[in-house]
Amino acid sequence: MIEPGEERTTAAVRPYVITRGRAGSSRDALPLETLVKSSGSALSPALQPEYRRIVRCCQGLLSVAEVAAHLGQPPAVVQVLLADLIDWGHIVARPPIRVAKRADMDLLRKVLDGLESKL
Amino acid sequence: MGLKASSEISMPDTGRTDGASGVDDASGVDGTDGVDDDMDDTHGMNGTDSADDLDDTTVMYVQPSVAGAAKILVVGPMGVGKTTLIGTVSEIKPLSTEATMSRAGARLDMPVRPTKSTTTVALDFGRITLGGELVLYLFGTPGQQRFLPAWKDLARGALGALALVDTRDLEASFDAIGHLEDLDVPFSVAVNSFPDSVLHSEDDLRSALDLLPHTPLVICDAREHKSSVKALISLVSHLIETVSEAT
Ligand SMILES: Nc1nc2c(ncn2[C@@H]2O[C@H](COP(=O)(O)OP(=O)(O)O)[C@@H](O)[C@H]2O)c(=O)[nH]1
Ligand SMILES: [Mg+2]
Repeated sequence: MIEPGEERTTAAVRPYVITRGRAGSSRDALPLETLVKSSGSALSPALQPEYRRIVRCCQGLLSVAEVAAHLGQPPAVVQVLLADLIDWGHIVARPPIRVAKRADMDLLRKVLDGLESKL
Repeated sequence: MGLKASSEISMPDTGRTDGASGVDDASGVDGTDGVDDDMDDTHGMNGTDSADDLDDTTVMYVQPSVAGAAKILVVGPMGVGKTTLIGTVSEIKPLSTEATMSRAGARLDMPVRPTKSTTTVALDFGRITLGGELVLYLFGTPGQQRFLPAWKDLARGALGALALVDTRDLEASFDAIGHLEDLDVPFSVAVNSFPDSVLHSEDDLRSALDLLPHTPLVICDAREHKSSVKALISLVSHLIETVSEAT
């Protein structure tokens, strides 16, 4: 495996093929902490295996980062495939809780209380 | 500075993660793809995966009661203790994946030529469920200058960052701290002490790192749960104070 901080060069062929060139395109990438889950809707038999594998992985709630890590796929690819699956209704997403101008006291207090309860 | 050339490797695409999928043994989830660059036609061959394609880690799903996620970055140079800290506090075995550095000329949406490549930086992360309704992700990433593009997406929406510092090589932390300042990510500093670390006074550390007076600085042992949680608490308390002052 590679350690964080190590850098390597990956041929772009596979991501390009799977996503038909859309990884890195202009559609806003799903943030890595977005929680996703399969909607349970029936998959068309024609759906490509890369998509099926993602849906299978998402039987429960997981972040986009976890889906990518579990499937061993680059997040840039998984982000695109997940966005398609969301468009098609196969995946539902819970958007990350974003701190509006970092002024969300309520969220920060929840995080603080949660961490303190781990001590 | 702390750029460690020895950490740059160029090698065939190996399995980037180790969390691979215990998702669905029976149906051919091949958790190790990425090993080749041209294996598209091998997908979907159900049932042909050998057991060693599957990792011992099974997927641990987030509790259904969780309504949303937040994230904190853990940054610092190689070897400072990021992976250790994330592993110490995470409820899942830390996973690793990679962030793509979208560089001009390495766009994936351009026609593919075999020589074309994209550079990625490994990213490891862990997860903590807080109070049953919120999940906190910790993303660990190194701070070298060349990784800045990968940071931008990662930093977007982050509550803040914990900057890890090794006093044996303070300079190695400058890039990471500088990036946080550039990207306007609020942070707190955790000093990991190693057996051969020299003792510095807090004042010396603050001035060496050029920290603002309100930036928290804590000593932390990333191998210890309590100590690591306390470092995160110092960050979140700081975030709360910053917000209170602003309002
Ligand atoms: N003494 C001491 N050792 C640590 C601490 N944190 C990490 N280490 C050790 O330092 C090494 C590098 O840590 P690692 O987490 O892989 O660093 P990373 O490159 O930042 O992810 C490992 O051998 C750890 O066991 C710490 O707080 N104190
Ligand atoms: Mg590491």
